[in-house]
Amino acid sequence: MTAIIDMPDLPRTARRPQISNPVLRWLRTNLFSSIPNGILTIVLLAVLAKGVISFVQWGIANAVWLTPANDSSACKAVRGLGACWAIIPEKYRFVLFGTYPFDEQWRPALAVALFIMLFYLSTRRALWRRELAFLWIGALVLISVLMWGGVFGLSFVSQDRWGGLPVTLILATSGLAFGFPLGVLVALGRRSKLPAIRSLSVLYVELIRGVPLVSLLFMASVMFPLFMPSGFNIDKLLRAQIAIILFAGAYLAEVIRGGLQAVPRGQYEAADALGLSYWRKHRLVVLPQAIRHVIPPLVNTFIAFFKDTSLVLIIGIFDLLTTAKTAIIDPAWQQFSVEVYIFVAAIYFVFCFAMSRYSRGLEATSGR
Amino acid sequence: MTSDDPRPPPRRSFFAALGPNELKGLFWQVLVVGIALAVIVFLWSNTVANLSARRITTGFAFLGREAGMPIADSLLAYSPGDSYLWAFVVGVANTLRVAVIGIVIATILGTLIGISRLSANWLLSRLAAVYVEVLRDIPLLLQLLFWYVLMQGLPAARAAWRPVDGVFLSNRGLILPAIPIGVPQLWVLGTAGLGFIAFLAIRRWLVAQQMRDGTPRPAWPLALGLIVMLPAAVSLLLGVSWTIEWPQLRGFNFVGGLTLAPEYFALLIALVTYTSAFIAEIVRSGIQSVPRGQWDAASALGLRRSFMLRQIILPQALRVIVPPMTSQYLNLTKNSSLAVAIGYQDVVSVANTTLNQTGQAIEAISLIMAVFLTISLGISLFMNWYNARIALAER
Repeated sequence: MTAIIDMPDLPRTARRPQISNPVLRWLRTNLFSSIPNGILTIVLLAVLAKGVISFVQWGIANAVWLTPANDSSACKAVRGLGACWAIIPEKYRFVLFGTYPFDEQWRPALAVALFIMLFYLSTRRALWRRELAFLWIGALVLISVLMWGGVFGLSFVSQDRWGGLPVTLILATSGLAFGFPLGVLVALGRRSKLPAIRSLSVLYVELIRGVPLVSLLFMASVMFPLFMPSGFNIDKLLRAQIAIILFAGAYLAEVIRGGLQAVPRGQYEAADALGLSYWRKHRLVVLPQAIRHVIPPLVNTFIAFFKDTSLVLIIGIFDLLTTAKTAIIDPAWQQFSVEVYIFVAAIYFVFCFAMSRYSRGLEATSGR
Repeated sequence: MTSDDPRPPPRRSFFAALGPNELKGLFWQVLVVGIALAVIVFLWSNTVANLSARRITTGFAFLGREAGMPIADSLLAYSPGDSYLWAFVVGVANTLRVAVIGIVIATILGTLIGISRLSANWLLSRLAAVYVEVLRDIPLLLQLLFWYVLMQGLPAARAAWRPVDGVFLSNRGLILPAIPIGVPQLWVLGTAGLGFIAFLAIRRWLVAQQMRDGTPRPAWPLALGLIVMLPAAVSLLLGVSWTIEWPQLRGFNFVGGLTLAPEYFALLIALVTYTSAFIAEIVRSGIQSVPRGQWDAASALGLRRSFMLRQIILPQALRVIVPPMTSQYLNLTKNSSLAVAIGYQDVVSVANTTLNQTGQAIEAISLIMAVFLTISLGISLFMNWYNARIALAER
């Protein structure tokens, strides 16, 4: 373990004879700098080659790419030897959009496009101003209209027919949109000088963070009907959404609290000296600075609960993972779940990877 | 201000007009607490009404009743005739079994990968980066289902894979050779544990001595004596047998050895690989946080690499590493509740079955919460103690 740590500026590298060929020099410094390092490189190359070759054999060479509709015999013939990518063209509409009426599926597709556009615009530093909030409200209204319909000649689609990627995006984005103001209030509450408010905030944050999200979701699906007056009931998706908002609120509150702590005392004092009230002080002076400090961790928290929305599978809500799992119940395609999981994993990966690259980029620039 | 002052009084908001700050604070507190209480009373009265309408009696009396649920894979002896209380205890033991072992393996794997990311070997550091990137950006539940499907796709017991002699991998899970642990073996292991504690105490004293006069006093002979020789002597004296039990294929299943059921194995792999990716990042940033001057100073003193890493770099890196590591441990424990998705019976899964069988939703969920809050508190207390121990001693 000690030999492989990169220690900056080893003097012995300077003593080496200079190699003029840049490729060889790169190989020498990065792969064969010492004998153990060279052996390590060769072993790793061998393992990597073996892995890549068997994956290419399974995933490309022996794979079945297309079959006639609903006919998995070609796939069954190569089972164990090659991948059955043919299941993706067969099932992708169901995996992406669930049981949404087939002819209307352009609507959830458009909603997904709107979500991606919204995320993209929110990453632009030039647009970080009050108007962004209106953009969010506008986009969310537009998405609701698209998904539900019932106006402008769109047929009404009840939310128990929604499914797939739009549901995942709705759960995560609304979790952020509603959890964020909640998180701000709780973070302020936790730093408040008023003991009752502070202890209520601490209780909320610690209780939510102390238990797994699964148990909150169970609570939403089982206990919520008990909590409400008899006869009053709300949809399962909305109940899960409430659980995710409460969950997100607690985690976001902790991140925002970190940002509040990073604002120098002088800023608070200056705001007080100007005679600003508590709310104006926070709205105009403290929060803008605090939130700017914590945008990278906020993005990371968002990535975390974007992934965590997949837990709604356990209470039977049709998000992207649940539709994937349901798609392979079909007896003809039952054996090819690995391919579907890889497809869904790729979708999650693209979203999370893009966001984590963005957050890292922010961290790098904010240090300057 | 006199009455003939021509200026109008400054405009004040309603809340500012309420009076001095204390009064304002009191007003807000009463308001918020009042709202919270109102919500709680509202929910509570609804719940009571709903429960009586459904003829469900509240309380924990149901814990004494016969559970009747099967638990396939458990550490403790359990049969469906046992009570709900015992089923819960078995569930907690199953949660702890996956969490504790998962934390240990994830820490080791994550540390190795974190160090690999800093390696001078380009290939190794790239591979480690890909590992971290891929595992972090895919939901844990998806990874868990993926591993579980792979487990189910393994050959049947008769055609099991044998990566190493005596190790079988089949759709029955992972079967390993094991040493049966009984009372005599526990005596020997207990001696080794006591020896370890004694060694720590004596080493502490030795280090104190070294601090006083500067003479290094090697502690390893003591370790050898107390942790290895002493238990070995006890073992010989009692005549304890340490024969390895090799698993054998009988009919359609294996006999002997240690069996890790597919559900447990899949859960363990998923938790360990997922968490290790996060731990790797923590370890990497911890090591990178140690200023370059510390490396330079240590090498200028002519210290050996291993000594330098152990005595100079690691103690400083640990201060950065430990706090986020605590939250990873907590995450792993909480994430073990995903077991319910693949049918490994941890505490959440047992509580969920109980809830479906008895309708005691509030009790079942408060038990889950109590268990996890206790575990979280335990981990936090331990890590805080450890963190205080390694914290910078300010002078």
